[in-house]
Amino acid sequence: MPQRSLFNLPDVGEGLTEAEIVSWKVKPGDVVAVNDVIVEIETAKSIVELPSPYAGPVAELMVAEGDTVAVGTPIIAIGAGAGAPAAVPAPAAAGPVAGEMKPLVGSGPKADAVKRRPRTGSAAAVVRPPDAAPAPAAAQAPARVPASNVNAAGAANRVLAKPPVRKAAKDLGINLADVSPTGLRGEVTKKDLRSYQDQRTAEQDGAATFWAPGAGSGLAGDPRVERIKVKGVRKATAKAMVESAFSAPHVSIFVDVDASRTMEFVKRLKASRDFEGIKVSPLLILSKAVIWAAARNPSVNATWTGEEIIIKHFMNLGIAAATPRGLMVPNIKDAQKLSLRELAIALNSLATTARAGKTQPADMQGGSLTITNIGALGIDTGTPIINPGEVAIVAFGTIKQKPWVLDGEVIPRWITTLGGSFDHRVVDGDLSARFMADVAAIMEEPALLLD
Amino acid sequence: MGSAQQAATGTRPSAGVLQANAVGAGDMVQLLDEGGMRHADGVFSPYIDALDAGTLRGFYRDMALVRRFDAEATALQRQGELALWVPVVGQEAAQIGSGSAMATADYAFPTYREHGVALTRGLDLADLLKLFRGVSNGGWDPRESNFHLYTLVLAAQTLHAVGYAMGIQRDLALDSAAEPAAVVAYFGDGASSEGDVHESMVFAASYSAPVVFFCQNNNWAISVPFEVQSKLPLVNRAGGYGMPGIRVDGNDVLAVYAVTRWALEHARSGRGPVLIEASTYRIGAHTTADDPTKYRLNEEEDSWKAKDPLERLERYLRAEGLAGDDFFEQLGNDADELAAHVRRATLALGGADIRQKFATVYAEAHPLVAEELAWFENYEASFADAGSPTSQGGAA
Repeated sequence: MPQRSLFNLPDVGEGLTEAEIVSWKVKPGDVVAVNDVIVEIETAKSIVELPSPYAGPVAELMVAEGDTVAVGTPIIAIGAGAGAPAAVPAPAAAGPVAGEMKPLVGSGPKADAVKRRPRTGSAAAVVRPPDAAPAPAAAQAPARVPASNVNAAGAANRVLAKPPVRKAAKDLGINLADVSPTGLRGEVTKKDLRSYQDQRTAEQDGAATFWAPGAGSGLAGDPRVERIKVKGVRKATAKAMVESAFSAPHVSIFVDVDASRTMEFVKRLKASRDFEGIKVSPLLILSKAVIWAAARNPSVNATWTGEEIIIKHFMNLGIAAATPRGLMVPNIKDAQKLSLRELAIALNSLATTARAGKTQPADMQGGSLTITNIGALGIDTGTPIINPGEVAIVAFGTIKQKPWVLDGEVIPRWITTLGGSFDHRVVDGDLSARFMADVAAIMEEPALLLD
Repeated sequence: MGSAQQAATGTRPSAGVLQANAVGAGDMVQLLDEGGMRHADGVFSPYIDALDAGTLRGFYRDMALVRRFDAEATALQRQGELALWVPVVGQEAAQIGSGSAMATADYAFPTYREHGVALTRGLDLADLLKLFRGVSNGGWDPRESNFHLYTLVLAAQTLHAVGYAMGIQRDLALDSAAEPAAVVAYFGDGASSEGDVHESMVFAASYSAPVVFFCQNNNWAISVPFEVQSKLPLVNRAGGYGMPGIRVDGNDVLAVYAVTRWALEHARSGRGPVLIEASTYRIGAHTTADDPTKYRLNEEEDSWKAKDPLERLERYLRAEGLAGDDFFEQLGNDADELAAHVRRATLALGGADIRQKFATVYAEAHPLVAEELAWFENYEASFADAGSPTSQGGAA
């Protein structure tokens, strides 16, 4: 009886770690010859047909269509033997890894998946020059000590940050390990440090009465701990953010913009008769810019369902708002139909309603793209998390005067940073970049809206 | 030989040869068109007229064998037996034609895609796969075949080729009885943009080195189209270096053979280098790690498939009664046998021997190399699945 042979998923493209099984070309019972095409797979680089390395009847398809599996995973059994597989796959190499990001062009807040071969516990790689060891028994013991020291002092506790950030943290008396890093490689950025400092300052305002009197164990039963039940908006926010952050592969990009013309424009609108009594802010221009840019790059105004991408030919523009009940994202329905004046009124009423805690569930449904105005809190930029059901979010940083180089001269200009996060399942790097550049172009020259 | 000899001495330029001091594209030399029709050329046709039917069938046979070999190697890569493969499909005529034109004493410096040239130099094609499985840095002894090792660094081999050709010159100067020989430096349109090609052409021209620069312009440097590399056919560059240039239909094995014969004779005769630009097309991917559907259109691929080098020669051989069904059927069987041999040989290669890589760094034992080998072996042994990668062969 011919041996039952397993075909392990090969690396078909120089250093790939995984591939998706797109479609099987054979089914159990089919007889294949060597080099007959058996399956189509999609890697991060291309769609590839795999030819059979074996001849014989197909015994079993071991991976379902649509599953993404690691290189080295057995995918098909060929041969007459119907019993146990000829080889048992190593547990770490097998199994779907569908949730992980593909090593693909573009970079996001998450690093590419790195798969490592399992290591044995004891046989750590000990560097020991062969001729420097006097006797095997004697060399073994001292050699281990430095190895474990390296582990303890090294990777485990090391916080990544650039020297200026380290210096600033030291000056502020902040332990870098306490700061949540947002850098591309997990490093603490200057902004992380600043926002941590801001938060700490805010907490310090209530500092005088914060500490509880008395004494306790510091453990769960300690009367000095305050318990806040997770419910309502906090719970919904947490759920939505986890769903979004861990299902949509976020890519965040930033662009610095000279918003001086926007500031002038806002000033003129405020002074104009038509806008009398209406609050006008740079957020109005940004909202208009986002609507304008979305029409030019429609894939950012979409929903990902897994089976299809739903492009929305309307703009229900969400505005993230801090309300007494927590974070809400009400949206302005059919914002694309509104004139600048109507949009200003809609933004005002949305904000007033939210601040009063009167935002209705319907106001928050059916959003297509969101703006989060973190500049109102004095923040320069951030990596926003996409509102679930959408594929793009724009973070509007604070606008402040900064030195800016114009025609070779450093002059003070009103500068802001626009941040955008995009669901890479729908929006590729070039599209997100074009969208953000379009938004930035309007902020730099609002007159383009007249086009 | 009359007209060819005259052309080689420069007394009667051919329409297809761009003379050293000329500017502007030479006509593309074509002796066998897509429909299998022969065309006459005063300089180059005589090389073909002198060939017997067996040689013409041999051209076809070699092209068909290398195409079948190429398909098998691609399959082996897809089955995890090779780390990478570099397909040659579409360029068979440029390779079989130029390789067949070389004399035994001539020496070829290939890129990493010259599988067809390897066949004409008598290599066992299975040896090519050792490099692509990662079990060897070479795979054959170039001194046995005068077919140099594959060079993965783009264009570096053009410098090696010119240096080798200058060595031939010096050997001849010492021993006038030695057999004159020439070197063929293979490169592609992508490599033509590298500085190495420029430097090698400057030296070759300065020393009148016996070297034929054979450029397979397959129109794509991975994903960069030829129009981005050059506004004019590359053959125009020959004039700038002071060497003759010939642009040839690279899918016409007869024309490639003839122009390469002419160029080798020119080089061997002491008149210096020649640039040949063979216009062809990479029908497949750049390598098995590439997906050409991402950067070019089916229409373009289809237009080149219509210029297939094998089909036109088959038409010619059948129309002239030089080969019939028996020949093609037998050839199909032989090709399958070659593929089976290549598969068996590849699977028998096993995994890479890391000790061998360390052993070839220096001629003699070296303490630092020994230390690094010890470190690596310790590191390899630290994995829970130690030993399994070598059992997967080339993928390791």
